[in-house]
Amino acid sequence: MAWQEKPLGFFTDTSICIGCKACEVACKEWNELPGNAAKFTADSFDNTGQLDAQNWRHVQFIEQVPDNTGMVVTPTPIAGGQAWLMMSDVCKHCKNASCLEVCPTNALMRTEFDTVYIQNDVCNGCRNCISACPYGVIGFNEDKGIAQKCTLCYDRLQGGLQPACAKACPTESIKFGYVEDLHAVADQRLATLKAAGYQKAQLYGRDDKVYGGLNAFFLLMDKPEVYKLPNEANATLPSRNNLPGYVGGVATAVIGLVAGLLAFRNGRMNGNGANNTTTTNTR
Amino acid sequence: MTNHWRDIKHADLILINGANPAEAHPVGFQWFVKAKLDPTKGPGSGGGAKIVHADPRYTRTSALADMYLRIRTGTDVAYFGGLINYVLQNKLYHEDYVKNYTNASFIVKQGFDFKDGLFSGYNASTRSYDTSTWTYETEGAALDGPAGSTQAPAKRDKTLQDPRTVFQLLVKHYSRYTPEMVSSITGIPVDQFMQVAKLVGEMGKPDKVMTIVYAVGLTHHTTGGQLIRSAALLQLLLGNMGRPGGGMNAERGHANIQGNTDHAISWEILPGYLRIPAPGQKNLDGYVAASAPKKSDPNSWNFFGTNYRNFMVSLLKAWYGAKATKDNEYAYDFIPKPAVNSSWMSIYDQALKGKMEGVILSGMTATSIGPDSNQVLQALTKLKWLVVFDAFPTTSSEFWRAPGMDAAKINTEVFMLPATHWIEKDGSFVNSGRWSQWKEQVLPPDGDARHDHWITADIFDRVKTLYRNQGGKFPDPIMAMTLDYKDPKKPELDEIAKEINGKDLSTGSQMTSFANLKADGTTTAGDWIYTGSYPDAGNLMKRRNGVQNIQQNDPTGMGFFPQWAWSWPLNRRVMYNRASADLDGKPWDPKRPGIQWNGTTWVGDVPDYPATMNPKDPAAWLPFIMNGEGVGRLFSNSMLDGPFPEHYEPYEAPIANPLHPQQSEDPVAFLYDQAAGRPNRFGKVDKYPYVATSYRLTEHEHYITQQVPLLVGLQPQAFVEVPQELADEKGIKNGDRVRVSSERGKLEVSALVTKRLGPVTLAGNKKVYQIGIPIHWGFIGVSAEQNPERSKYWLANALTPMVGDVGARTPEFKAFLVNIEKF
Repeated sequence: MAWQEKPLGFFTDTSICIGCKACEVACKEWNELPGNAAKFTADSFDNTGQLDAQNWRHVQFIEQVPDNTGMVVTPTPIAGGQAWLMMSDVCKHCKNASCLEVCPTNALMRTEFDTVYIQNDVCNGCRNCISACPYGVIGFNEDKGIAQKCTLCYDRLQGGLQPACAKACPTESIKFGYVEDLHAVADQRLATLKAAGYQKAQLYGRDDKVYGGLNAFFLLMDKPEVYKLPNEANATLPSRNNLPGYVGGVATAVIGLVAGLLAFRNGRMNGNGANNTTTTNTR
Repeated sequence: MTNHWRDIKHADLILINGANPAEAHPVGFQWFVKAKLDPTKGPGSGGGAKIVHADPRYTRTSALADMYLRIRTGTDVAYFGGLINYVLQNKLYHEDYVKNYTNASFIVKQGFDFKDGLFSGYNASTRSYDTSTWTYETEGAALDGPAGSTQAPAKRDKTLQDPRTVFQLLVKHYSRYTPEMVSSITGIPVDQFMQVAKLVGEMGKPDKVMTIVYAVGLTHHTTGGQLIRSAALLQLLLGNMGRPGGGMNAERGHANIQGNTDHAISWEILPGYLRIPAPGQKNLDGYVAASAPKKSDPNSWNFFGTNYRNFMVSLLKAWYGAKATKDNEYAYDFIPKPAVNSSWMSIYDQALKGKMEGVILSGMTATSIGPDSNQVLQALTKLKWLVVFDAFPTTSSEFWRAPGMDAAKINTEVFMLPATHWIEKDGSFVNSGRWSQWKEQVLPPDGDARHDHWITADIFDRVKTLYRNQGGKFPDPIMAMTLDYKDPKKPELDEIAKEINGKDLSTGSQMTSFANLKADGTTTAGDWIYTGSYPDAGNLMKRRNGVQNIQQNDPTGMGFFPQWAWSWPLNRRVMYNRASADLDGKPWDPKRPGIQWNGTTWVGDVPDYPATMNPKDPAAWLPFIMNGEGVGRLFSNSMLDGPFPEHYEPYEAPIANPLHPQQSEDPVAFLYDQAAGRPNRFGKVDKYPYVATSYRLTEHEHYITQQVPLLVGLQPQAFVEVPQELADEKGIKNGDRVRVSSERGKLEVSALVTKRLGPVTLAGNKKVYQIGIPIHWGFIGVSAEQNPERSKYWLANALTPMVGDVGARTPEFKAFLVNIEKF
């Protein structure tokens, strides 16, 4: 089955992520990424650290178990997907993609599936996109001398397959499909969780308030900041042709960038050894 | 599992104890997720189930549960005992089911008693029970049936009023398990326990159903068997056995532990759970009389007992072929009758005593598996030779390189034979739900690697040649063994699968059902529970008719998918499913039927019952056809440590047993050191104040993932999980190096400090911390080689005690005492 030429993406439902990291491994297997040197980080069960040239899926583990002696019933904080957040992060394939805007060689392109793709043979290794990405998704591959990130398995899509991570996900936390279909699934899921009392559950990037909308969007169980994601107030980017918007947008982008950098610094402070200028595999 | 993975979505309530399915069975966990996904749709249709997870640690399973209970490890009998008491005291049990489908109404023999932590019949000097009082009052003559499989019928009181009924004794036994007592043992606060009790109490209604999911978190205790049985009692009282969405569901190890067990990996059984003969059982009659369940009610079919001899003779015919004749009792004498326990720990105990010449390890590494890895290492030094079949070097094949070992002083000759990984062979995996699923070879064997079964066959051939050329003591069983394969040194797994299924020797056809097996030597079955998996039509384990056409492949809509692979027994998807319907054959819950009587036949799943037996016939069999009683056993004489489960403390415990402090631990657990004349090495709470438990992580499979770089990166080094509060007390910061020690050994690893672990408050207001110890790492593997200094003390089982439960001799991996210090 071939995919139609319309927006394809991920809906990552973190409420049912079990942190198994099958997505990380499937991604590396398919894309032949050897991974960074193994390092114990003592950051919950996350030893991957960040998205970069080697890690195109990264499962975050955020512990917020309250001080108490055990159980509390749904949906109070300790139960039902709120006390130990697990979230498989990935390139968002933004509608307004800053990486794409700053690329001087047009190595970054938008595909027929509305995904953001780096053409390895066109990339000149200038690293503008790495700085521009508000999510810190892109990393530099020292061996190849180019920027790399999730391709949404462009090669698999062309063969009518789904991306490796979605295929491997055992609980269907990572759902793949046409973005318009995924929106409907996500709206239904959010309504279910809200009805069950999960008031903090929210969709991130489902609408256009975050960088014009994300083709890889999320259902989060807490505020975006908890997952080191810029919130709506910070997540905007104007088009190049819109001068007033551009000026304002630069300020916003800077805030977003700073927020992103702070998030990375916080990550380091927490001891996860995040290093957003990627080193190559030294194994 | 009595049920199967997909069936979990039918439950209203899911209790998870001693298990961590999100981490240990992430693929199976999709069914837990689907059970709760959309509460508006209702159980079985897409959601609404609640998940209650009781565990010492808040795990990736707890993260998705509706309730998490922090329980002290090894105290689940108290938890389930408390729930049993709540259900009994408040009359929330399923009355029709309990009266008709369990042995609640059976009268227990005078003399049976329970006092001061001991059941009647205890002998302190032998540390064992005389179980003769753990049985029923009988009346009249023995019932009809094959020799050795019957007894006189048990007396019953269907009103359940007689104080000697199982029911009244059960009420009395568990009346001690009050919510306060449960809390003082388990550490679960009373209010939290009561919230669970109320949820569980609803599950005795016929239109509700609960599943209990467990794994080795219940098994790995000196009370392992009873921990599981306590949960099963609760399920019987609630009428949840035999029903879709119910049952007792053991999550089995990857990827084929279920298949291993079925084919007698365990020393005390033959394939298909036939018992290994014991000394004194001089002929088939003696063996069957000692082994077969006894028909004890006129309406009991006692299918297992009735067919015991058929299954045994068919096994003997499969193994010894023409050499198994009527005259030699089908070569019954060829089967060894071990006089001593030969379980896992006993092997190393014997080696330590210098009584083992050699050991062959295939598919495991003794050093890492433990328990008491340091003692296992010492045992290996006492061997003359050690053979290891494995795809990679292991902590056993390289045991002489372990820290502290002096290779110059070790005389054990080690043979490392490169064996294939399962990716490199075809064959079957049997999953937790008893589905035998055939798989294909993915890659050809690498290098000189050979299949384990080919190595074994080659060794066997050479031994046989030695016997042929040189003679020897009792060569008959070796020479008579059938090897009816194209190449006896390279048997194909397909050939073995056919042999396991068995055939009718008079027609040459493959058998289609174990019901047709005979004791006259005309049928074979290498493992009777697999008979039917490989008929003349072909290997049914290869079938893959699944969700690609749901209407056609799941005609009942209950997720049985009868043409997906093959499930033992007889492709039945839910065991004991006669109990899913009422006395008249109508499903207890019409929305979730197992089987039902349509007036002429039973329809639905493959019935665990004669297909055309009218339930209204006064002679109709009782529902649990495998049991001698014909009903589920709330009281059982088949356990060696008590007919009712009782809470006993682990051998290393932070408190004395609040129920009976003078009899704190299980009185019959096997103490290897003591039995061998060595001093027991159990730590006391003054020196080792913290409770520890061991487990695996989702990123790992056994020890082989130490050799897979992408997976090594996910959890690269050994660590222990330390409660935040304890870490604060001890000045341990996240990521610090810590030394964890027990009476037997030490670990030197990193600390992962977390609030997911915390204190429990036990009897006498005693605050106790629990520490989590993942098993996986050692001095072999990618990380060990990258960190030779740091990895010296990474064997988690260096800490665990060499003590086993009385029946299965399972080590107490999951509850022991340690100290922890920063260094």
